[in-house]
Amino acid sequence: MAVAEPRRVGYLYILPALLVYGLFLLFPLLHSGWISLFSWDGLTVGTFVGLDNYAALAADVGFLAAFGHVAVLLVFFAVLPVSIGLVLATALSRTRIRGMAFFRTALFLPQVVAMVVVAIAWQRIFAPDGALNDLLRLVGLDGLVTAWLGESGTALIAVGLVGTWVQTGLAVVLFLGGIGKISGELFDAVRLDGGGVVREFRTVVLPALRAEIGVALTLTVIAALRTFDLVYVMTPQGGPGGSTTVPSYEIYHRAFHSGQVGSAAAIGITLTALAFLITFGITKVTGRDR
Amino acid sequence: MRASRLERVGTYAVLAVFTAYALYPVLAILFTALRPEVVGQGGVHWENFAKAWHEGNFGSYLGTSAIVSGSVVAISVVLSVLAGYAFGTMRFRGHQALFYLMLLGIMVPAEAIVVPLYFDLRDLGLTNSYLALIGPQVAQSVAFGAFWMRTYFSSASRSVVEAARLDGAGHWQTLWRVLLPMGRPALVTLIVMVFMWTWNEFLLALVMVTDEALRTAPLGLRFFSGRAVTSVPLLAAASVLVALPVVLVYLFLQRHFIRGMLDGAVKG
Repeated sequence: MAVAEPRRVGYLYILPALLVYGLFLLFPLLHSGWISLFSWDGLTVGTFVGLDNYAALAADVGFLAAFGHVAVLLVFFAVLPVSIGLVLATALSRTRIRGMAFFRTALFLPQVVAMVVVAIAWQRIFAPDGALNDLLRLVGLDGLVTAWLGESGTALIAVGLVGTWVQTGLAVVLFLGGIGKISGELFDAVRLDGGGVVREFRTVVLPALRAEIGVALTLTVIAALRTFDLVYVMTPQGGPGGSTTVPSYEIYHRAFHSGQVGSAAAIGITLTALAFLITFGITKVTGRDR
Repeated sequence: MRASRLERVGTYAVLAVFTAYALYPVLAILFTALRPEVVGQGGVHWENFAKAWHEGNFGSYLGTSAIVSGSVVAISVVLSVLAGYAFGTMRFRGHQALFYLMLLGIMVPAEAIVVPLYFDLRDLGLTNSYLALIGPQVAQSVAFGAFWMRTYFSSASRSVVEAARLDGAGHWQTLWRVLLPMGRPALVTLIVMVFMWTWNEFLLALVMVTDEALRTAPLGLRFFSGRAVTSVPLLAAASVLVALPVVLVYLFLQRHFIRGMLDGAVKG
């Protein structure tokens, strides 16, 4: 363990970091809480309204719709990637794979490409003359051909599918790492016992991957909650019929375009509280100690 | 023998499908970038990159991104090392509370602080400045960096530090001459992560910057894609230019990078 020893000089070491952190993160966060108590258009003097901004959110159609959209995105950003990741990692764990470094590099790649670039790449795929429609025509599903990002019924799902693409590699690589640490004897024991893949998954893989599942869920759920770049670039102005608005978009739009700065700050604080709750909640359930 | 031949073939097939799925959008944009601008022409068109560079003003955008990323990486790594060292090896009044206060910053979404940041900096006349792009990102990176480096320093062997002490090294020399050279892997991971986050950042630049000279690469790409006259191959070429620096670093340091990232995530 640490060479922890009493040293006042420690204050000097943390001072610069603390200063920047306080100035550019802590203070803005507190200020955000303060602004959220005002009705303010960003230009004139605001009026103090207490918690009215928060109360108003509960009945705010636009805000509730944005959270509804995030609920859908959660399935695509978190549930699907983690499920696919678990199945894939389990399947891969049964064989010694040659060239794993290559596969891992490829699977993880979506995590490092700038979101704006990801958005543009998928915009092409979802375009009326794009690859997805070509594929559908090829396999005879002409009925499904549509302008994916231009229809209010499909735009959100299209954005979600991109989220699945981005997050699946993260989950797979995380779980493969976890499975790699499981002793091979445990798998052999289940097999000698006549257990199949399903039992192997339930009794060996799932319990051993609790911590990794917790990490994957935390990262992906928070990513879903915070989605901005993707919807902003792929579906401008909140998408067809406002079908792809998300809380981050509402914050941006209210603060910088519709003069509801107090309301935007209130959404920001709500989002922060939610991120905290989710992180702690998942940490508690999966028993990951910080 | 843990797997039959059939199983092995199946495994590789599944892996190949998912790898293709992960690579397809990336390769598609790369191939699109080399396509002719005029439909029907053939050949591979490397000049698309040069054309996108000039038409989209990407020299300026990539330059701004380089300055911002370079500054954020340099400043936040130094601050993180100093803070992580103190948190990991020293005990002083309130060190635990201060550490948790900084850890909080990892969880605060940028969306929540960008609104007050904009209005405060506007009042100071500091929007459209490098400070507005660099300061907030250093703060976010330091929150993670202090935590990350603390993990390294608190796991560093006590005997190494004591040996340094016996050699007459003070806390300052112990850090720079002994602990930091040994901690290169942790340091490289931190550098790569901060570089990736900063290079790919979009919202802060969108909010803070209206001056074209200060547009970062992702923001510039967004404007380039919004222009009606931009052809698809040029847009793809520009996208490649914007994504390339991080992807290149990733390809060179991926092993190290993934391992560090997942270790950090599991511990964090």
